[in-house]
Amino acid sequence: MLKDQDRIFKNLYNDMGADVKSAQTRGDWVNTSELIAKGRDWIINEVKDSQLRGRGGAGFPTGLKWSFAPKEVGSRPHYLVINADESEPGTCKDRDILRFEPHKLIEGCLIASYAVQAHVCYIYIRGEYFIEGQKLQSAIDEAYEKNLIGKNAAGTGWDLDIYIHYGAGAYICGEETALLESIEGKKGQPRLKPPFPALIGLYGCPTIINNVETIAVVPTILRRGGKWFSSLGREKNTGTKIFCISGNVNNPCNVEEEMNIPLKELIEDHAGGVIGGWDNLQAVIPGGSSMPLIPKEKCETLTMDFDSLMAEKSGLGTAGIVVINKDQDIIKCMARIARFYKHESCGQCTPCREGSGWMWRMLERMAKGEATKDEVDMLGDVTNQIAGHTICAFGEGSSWPVQGLLRHFKKEIEERNNLDPIVQKKNNIPYLVDQHLLDKKNA
Amino acid sequence: MSLRRPAKNQPETFEFSSSSMEEADKIVLKYPEGKQQSAVMALLYIAQKQNDNWIPLAAMKYIAKFLDMPYIKVYEVATFYTMYNLSPVGKYFVQVCTTTPCMIRGANKLVEACKEKISDKENELSNDKSCSWMEVECLGACVNAPMMQINDNYYEDLDKEKTIEIFDKILKGEDPKPGSYRGRLNTEPENNRKTLMDIKNA
Repeated sequence: MLKDQDRIFKNLYNDMGADVKSAQTRGDWVNTSELIAKGRDWIINEVKDSQLRGRGGAGFPTGLKWSFAPKEVGSRPHYLVINADESEPGTCKDRDILRFEPHKLIEGCLIASYAVQAHVCYIYIRGEYFIEGQKLQSAIDEAYEKNLIGKNAAGTGWDLDIYIHYGAGAYICGEETALLESIEGKKGQPRLKPPFPALIGLYGCPTIINNVETIAVVPTILRRGGKWFSSLGREKNTGTKIFCISGNVNNPCNVEEEMNIPLKELIEDHAGGVIGGWDNLQAVIPGGSSMPLIPKEKCETLTMDFDSLMAEKSGLGTAGIVVINKDQDIIKCMARIARFYKHESCGQCTPCREGSGWMWRMLERMAKGEATKDEVDMLGDVTNQIAGHTICAFGEGSSWPVQGLLRHFKKEIEERNNLDPIVQKKNNIPYLVDQHLLDKKNA
Repeated sequence: MSLRRPAKNQPETFEFSSSSMEEADKIVLKYPEGKQQSAVMALLYIAQKQNDNWIPLAAMKYIAKFLDMPYIKVYEVATFYTMYNLSPVGKYFVQVCTTTPCMIRGANKLVEACKEKISDKENELSNDKSCSWMEVECLGACVNAPMMQINDNYYEDLDKEKTIEIFDKILKGEDPKPGSYRGRLNTEPENNRKTLMDIKNA
């Protein structure tokens, strides 16, 4: 287990209060101007040395992303945008940072803005987190009052304004280009890449977009050194991470742990074990709903980091772990996830807009045992038609959980759904296309 | 995609009240000059708040003029995002999360409670017209599942009895206390905490 002194988010459960004074006792804002005085290159190199990878799902190296921002500010200003549109089912880590560690985020915003030469930072918070947004706003107001941000922020000579922009319940706005569209006051539909936002982003200006957790860990990395951060976890999967463990466990919780921690340790030690005991485990969704599930056999030895989950054809994603035990119907669980994607598809690309509905409807029928044998393969075909054929990665994300289900639980689906594809009179299933023909006498 | 239609009965006109106007003017200043369209989402929220938690078409037209942008662009935004209510909802607007992490912890019991206490169908006002409910997608409080949102507040760690208790309160016009209903501290593992113990006991 990670030692308490190596935990970055000491106020994760709000034992101490989120105001600026108690944040300062935890080490925030202590020597911000000294850190910034060391210069842009030092900051970016230190973040590169720490091998910090983005915490929003894709796991892109943060230092590298920052270095994509143009070196000189041209006629167009630079922007920093923080993605706090946390909507991935199973994930609720950013919510705790927004409400209990807002000063880590604000200080991180200042450092990151300096590193990418932005004077304006927008924090995009999902609309449902209204209370959390209010708490962050009061922290921002506090920071303005103490001159920690604003003109000559924290005595660094850098000017920074931070604004909150509320979303309004669109999952797709967690996709970075959709998020930019949304800030510009449009429908949140993703843009084609390239051009990448680092060159042409918000209002057509260079924009760096990072997740809340990514930015909030940066001040601590700079204080304790990139070497310290990279000594935790393993090569290329370094540091600490907030894991959200939900679903059928005895004590669902958020906990900050080292990367590469065994999944079993997270579930057994922190979350109090699976309801009904470890043997009652059926499957685990390791990184938010879009990551393919992992069956019990593999959970025994699985370690939680980007690369080891990739090797299992899944992913760490946002580290939202959803534990599903044997009391649940796994097909129904996935059908509900498919319904989520059907509801949240932005409607821009046909494969995702139509395919997500198909997947949902097929899975609903499969859960009831009303599908035919050949439809199981057809479902796999639909997922392949979506993956790789959409503008953004979220379209693919809708097909991955279904692919995961087919990969590990195909037998269960086939056992339940063994109707003959040729329509016969005795099976009165109104969904089947040709059923109405049977009702006609001469058909 | 979710299907969203404006209400049939629409008011003729809409105008910001003076307090809404003040708020709106402040929000426009957050964005660079000439990019006032960015404020459309926030202004729709203001209109929604002013108009009993729903947005009439007249308000969209008003905002379009206010921000100097085409009406259709405002309409697009208002119909795209699901948190803008296009038809009247209750004064207490209950949203129950039923996505998988909540579902496997018994969100359907919460839905049952809604049906018993508020109305048989989603988006239908309760008998006294004060309350309505709907199922929504993940609200991002998965470790506190099952949960629901009433207006701005989250009610967490629920079961059917506690949900009914909450509904009894709001139907009486009281505001029940938000947060966990099993008495745990935010997202800590209940009775099983192993981290940051010094701080907890400090």
